[in-house]
Amino acid sequence: MLSALDDARLSDITSSEASLRRFLHGLPGVDQVGAEARAAMLATRSIKTTAKQFAIDLAISMIDLTTLEGQDTPGKVRALCAKALRPDPSDRSVPRVAAVCVYPDLVATAKEALGAGSDVKVASVATGFPSGRTSLAVKEADTRDAVAAGADEVDMVIDRGAFLAGRYGQVFDEIVAVKQACARAHGANDDGAGAHLKVILETGELATYDNVRRASWLAMLAGADFIKTSTGKVVPAATLPVTLVMLEAVRDFRDAIGRQVGVKPAGGIRTSKDAIRYLVLVNETAGEDWLDPDWFRLGASSLLNDLLMQRQKMLTGRYAGPDYFTLD
Amino acid sequence: MTKFEYAPAPESRAIVDIKSSYGLFVNGEFADPVDGSSFKSVNPATEEVLAEIAQAGHADVDAAVQAARRAYDRVWSKLSGRDRGKYLFRIARIIQERARELAVLESIDNGKPIRESRDVDIPLVAAHFFYYAGWADKLRWAGAGPDPKPHGVAGQVIPWNFPLLMLAWKIAPALAAGNTVVLKPAETTPLTALLFAEICQQADLPPGVVNIVTGAGETGRLLVEHPGVDKVAFTGSTEVGKQIARSVAGTTTKATLELGGKAANIVFDDAPVDQAVEGIVNGIFFNQGHVCCAGSRLLVQESVYDETLARLKRRLTTLRVGDPLDKNTDIGAINSHLQLARIRELAEVGEAEGAQRWSPECELPDRGFWFPPTVFTGVTQAHRIAREEIFGPVLSVLTFRTPAEAVEKANNTPYGLSAGVWTDKGSRILWMSQRLRAGVVWANTFNRFDPTSPFGGYKESGYGREGGRHGLLAYLKAED
Amino acid sequence: MAERLAVKKTYKLYIGGKFPRSESGRSYQVSDAKGRFLANAAWATRKDARDAVVAARKAYPGWSGATAYNRGQVLYRVAEVMEGRHAQFVDEVAAGEGVARGKAEKLVDEAIDRWVWYAGWSDKIAQVVGSSNPVAGPYFDFSVPEPTGVVAVLAPQRSSLLGLVSVLAPVIVGGNTAVLAASLERPLPAVTLSEVLATSDLPGGVVNILTGRVGDTAAWLAAHMDVNAVDLAGAAGDAEHARQLELAAADNLKRVVRAPEAEPEWTAEPGLERITAYLETKTVWHPVGI
Repeated sequence: MLSALDDARLSDITSSEASLRRFLHGLPGVDQVGAEARAAMLATRSIKTTAKQFAIDLAISMIDLTTLEGQDTPGKVRALCAKALRPDPSDRSVPRVAAVCVYPDLVATAKEALGAGSDVKVASVATGFPSGRTSLAVKEADTRDAVAAGADEVDMVIDRGAFLAGRYGQVFDEIVAVKQACARAHGANDDGAGAHLKVILETGELATYDNVRRASWLAMLAGADFIKTSTGKVVPAATLPVTLVMLEAVRDFRDAIGRQVGVKPAGGIRTSKDAIRYLVLVNETAGEDWLDPDWFRLGASSLLNDLLMQRQKMLTGRYAGPDYFTLD
Repeated sequence: MTKFEYAPAPESRAIVDIKSSYGLFVNGEFADPVDGSSFKSVNPATEEVLAEIAQAGHADVDAAVQAARRAYDRVWSKLSGRDRGKYLFRIARIIQERARELAVLESIDNGKPIRESRDVDIPLVAAHFFYYAGWADKLRWAGAGPDPKPHGVAGQVIPWNFPLLMLAWKIAPALAAGNTVVLKPAETTPLTALLFAEICQQADLPPGVVNIVTGAGETGRLLVEHPGVDKVAFTGSTEVGKQIARSVAGTTTKATLELGGKAANIVFDDAPVDQAVEGIVNGIFFNQGHVCCAGSRLLVQESVYDETLARLKRRLTTLRVGDPLDKNTDIGAINSHLQLARIRELAEVGEAEGAQRWSPECELPDRGFWFPPTVFTGVTQAHRIAREEIFGPVLSVLTFRTPAEAVEKANNTPYGLSAGVWTDKGSRILWMSQRLRAGVVWANTFNRFDPTSPFGGYKESGYGREGGRHGLLAYLKAED
Repeated sequence: MAERLAVKKTYKLYIGGKFPRSESGRSYQVSDAKGRFLANAAWATRKDARDAVVAARKAYPGWSGATAYNRGQVLYRVAEVMEGRHAQFVDEVAAGEGVARGKAEKLVDEAIDRWVWYAGWSDKIAQVVGSSNPVAGPYFDFSVPEPTGVVAVLAPQRSSLLGLVSVLAPVIVGGNTAVLAASLERPLPAVTLSEVLATSDLPGGVVNILTGRVGDTAAWLAAHMDVNAVDLAGAAGDAEHARQLELAAADNLKRVVRAPEAEPEWTAEPGLERITAYLETKTVWHPVGI
C-alpha cells in the first residue's frame, strides 16, 4: 500500500529498472472478480431526470470526437470538426465536445477547421499508433510532427511488448522522451507546458488488472497528464472495470504524490447509458474533482449522436430518430 | 457529492397490491384466526401501517399442523419425486415471473434497498427452488441411504432480515425431500410469505403442503413445541435457538438451527486493497448489517491499519442512505423500532467503553427507523461491541500482528458462523481457512450465497446446514 | 509346586495420556456378571471430568491438525495392539458381560475389526461427505468436513468393549478428542483399552476415560461450556436422564447424539451417522480470476 511519496523517494523509485520493478510489483493486487462486481454494481445506478440532463451535457463536453481510419480525408476531418463545434446545429445550448482526435497528418486540417483559439482541442495519436512498434527516434519524430502541426494533446501508445517482457524502464524512458517531445516543439505562444500527453495503455493487451494498475502507475510516474485505456483497435477496448482500476490509480497517485492525472476510456462507448455509467464510476471512485473535461474524457465517435438523441428525448418527451442528427 | 447529484429514482410501488388485512394460510386457503387477534405490519422506512396481520394462537397452529399432516399422509407422501419436483419448478418460475412485485414488497415490508431485494434476495429465492426442485426425484443419491424418507411435518420459523429468502431456504428442501411444512414468518415481515402463499395457489400446490401461520414469538414457540411436528428448522437468535434445543430435548424431533454470529473479516497487508474495502463495506453494511454472517469485526493487520481505515472512511462517504425503494439506495431502513433501540443501545455502550465512534455525514429521513453506517475504532476483544451481535450497520475495528493472532482473535467468540480473509497469498488463505472455526469462510470475497453451497454455523451459531446436498439431508432420514 | 501368585492390575483413570487415580481418592467395587469381585475401579468425580476436558481440549489442535493418513494409522495401530491383548479382553468381556468364552471372543474380534473399519475412514470421509459446489458465479466453492471439537461420550452400559469401541472410534477418526465415561458396572475393558491407547501412538489427551457413576460425571460433561458434542449412548433406556442431559447440552448448543430407547446389539456394520454427527461442514469461497 502507498503512503505519501516525497520527491527523493520518487526519484529513487524511477532511478533504475530494479527499483521501478520493485515498486510496481509492490502495488496492491487487484482481484478481478471483486473489481468487476464493483463496476457492475455501479452500473446499476439509475440516473434520471435532472441528474440525467446534467450527465448527458457533461458527457458531451468530455468527448474526444475521434476518427482514426486509414480512409480519413481532410473532408472527413473538417466535417468532424464542424460536428465538434456544433454537435446539434438545431440547438445552440448543446455544449461543445472537448476535442477532436485524429492522426498526425490531419492535425493541421483539424486545427484550421476548428479555427484559431477554439476551445475544442486537437488531439493527435502518435508514436507509431496503434501498435507502437517503431524505434524511439521515430516515435519522437512522430510526436514532434504532430505538436508542430498544432496538436494540443498527444495520445501516445506504450510499448506493450516491452511492458509484458518486464522492461519497465524502457517503457518509462519512452514516455519521458515523448513527454519531452511534446514540450520542446512548442513555441513562445504557448503557456510553456507543451502538448498534454495522454498515455494509451492498451489494456486489452495487458490481460490482467494487476498489469493495468502497474502500467497506470508507470505512466503517471513518467509524467503522463492522462492515462487512456485503448487505441480502439484492439478488443476489448474500454471497459468499466478497467476504467475503475485506472480511476483508483489516479486517485491513489494524487494522494501519494499530489499531482492529478486524468483518465480517458476509449473505444466501445456507444450509448448514453454507457457514458453515464462511466460518469457514475468517476463520481464514486475518484470523486467529483475528476468530473470535468480537464480530467476525464470519453474517446468515442458514434456516442455523440446517441447522447444528442437522449438529450432531445428528455427535452421533447418523445423518442428521437437518427435522421434528425447529423452523420459526421 | 454535490456536483453530480443523483435525482431520486424510486421503483414504482404500484406493482404491489397490499390488502388491508391478511388471514392465516392453512390447508390452501386464507382463513381468519380462531381467536381473532391481529397485529400490524409497518413500513420501517415511513412507519406507515401496511396491513393487519393475523396472530395465530394455539388452535390455529394446531389446525395448520393437522392440515400439514393430512396433506403429508394423503397426498404429498404418495406423490412421486418427479411430481414433487415439478411443483417446485412451477413455484420457481412463478417467482421469476413475479420477481419485481416480490422485490418491491420485500423492500416495503423489510426496509432493505430495492437494489438488494431485486438483485440478491429474489433471484436467490428462485434459484433455491430451482435447485431443490431437481433433487426431488434423486433422493437416493443424496447420501442418506438407498431409500431415504422425509421426516413428515416440518415446523419452520424464520427471521425478518431476508424474509422470502429464508422462506426459500426452508421450504424448498423440505418439500423436495417430501415433507410438508408449517412456516411462521417474522412478525415484522410477513407480507412476502403471504404473497408466497398466493404463489402456491397459482402453482396448484395441493392444499396443506405449505401452511403459513403469522404471529410473534409465541406463535413460533407453539409451532416448534407442537407434538405433531417431526422436524424443526429455525433461523434467528442464539437465545431462541437454545430454547428450541431445550424444547426438543428428550423427543425424537430433529432440529436445524441457524443462529447468530460475530464474524471476523481479516485484512492482511498484502490484500487486494480496493476489493478488501468493498468486502468490508459489503460485509457489514449489506442489508443494514441485519445479517447473521455479517463481518462485524474487522481485523486489520496493524501495519496497514491507518491506510485501510482512511480508504474505508472515504468509501463510506459515498454510501447512499435513504428510501429503500430508490434504486440508488445502498443502505435502507432499520427493520423495526425494537431493533433500532438495540443498535442504539450497543452503540452507546461502545462509546461508554471508550471506543471511538465515526459515521460519514449523511442525512437521515425524519420518519422511519434509521441508523447511519457506523465504525468503531480502538476496539478490543474485551469490548461488548466486539463480542455481542449488534445486527445493525455497526463495524468494530480491531488490529492484529500475525496470522496466528488473527486466527486466535477471530475464533475468540462463542459464535462460529462465518469469517473473511483478504490476502493475495494463496497458501495463507488455505492456512487461515483451515483454522477459522466457522461454517463459511469467504476468502477475498464476502457475503456470497448460492443454493448449491452449504451454509451454517459452528458452536453457538447453530447446527445443521442449509443449501446444497447437505441442506437436503436435514430433511431426510435414512430409514423409516 | 505351588501355583504362582498372580500380580493384579490396578484399574485407573486415563487423562491426558496419564493414569491417575480419581482426584477424590475413591474407588468402587466391580463385580462379574455373577456378582463376584473382580477389581476396584476408580470413582471419577466432576473434577476428574473437568481435568479430562482440559486434557481433551489441549490435545485437540494436534489431533485435528494431524493428517488423515496419520490418524488412520494410529487407529489401525490400536487394532494391532488390541490383538496382542486379545486374551485379556476376552477374559474381561466374558466376566463382565457374563457371556460364554466363544461369544466373548467374537465380540473382541469384532471390536478389533471395528477399529480397522474406522481406521480406513479417516482419509475417505471427506471425499464422501465433502463437495465442490457449482455456484452460479466466478467462485471456487468447496465444502469440507471438520471435527466438531471435544466430544463427551457416555459409553454403552451393556456392551463393555464392542459398544465402547463403536462409540469411541467414530469420534476420534474425524479428528475430535474425547472424554469417555465408561460403563458403570462393566468398566474393565475400557480401562484395558486405555492402556492399549496409551501404547498405540495416540497422543495423550485425545481419548480420556473416566470410570465411576455416570451420574457423577455425565451432568458435568453435558453442561460443560468447552465440550462441543455429547453422545448419550450410555443413557439408553433412561429417557428422563437422557432428557436432562440434552437440556444441559443446549446451554452451548452441543451437538447431541440421542440415547436410543434400548441399547442396540452393536454387531451390525455401522453407517456413517456416528462419524458425521461429530463433523461440521465448512464451506470456503474464493473468486476465480486472473
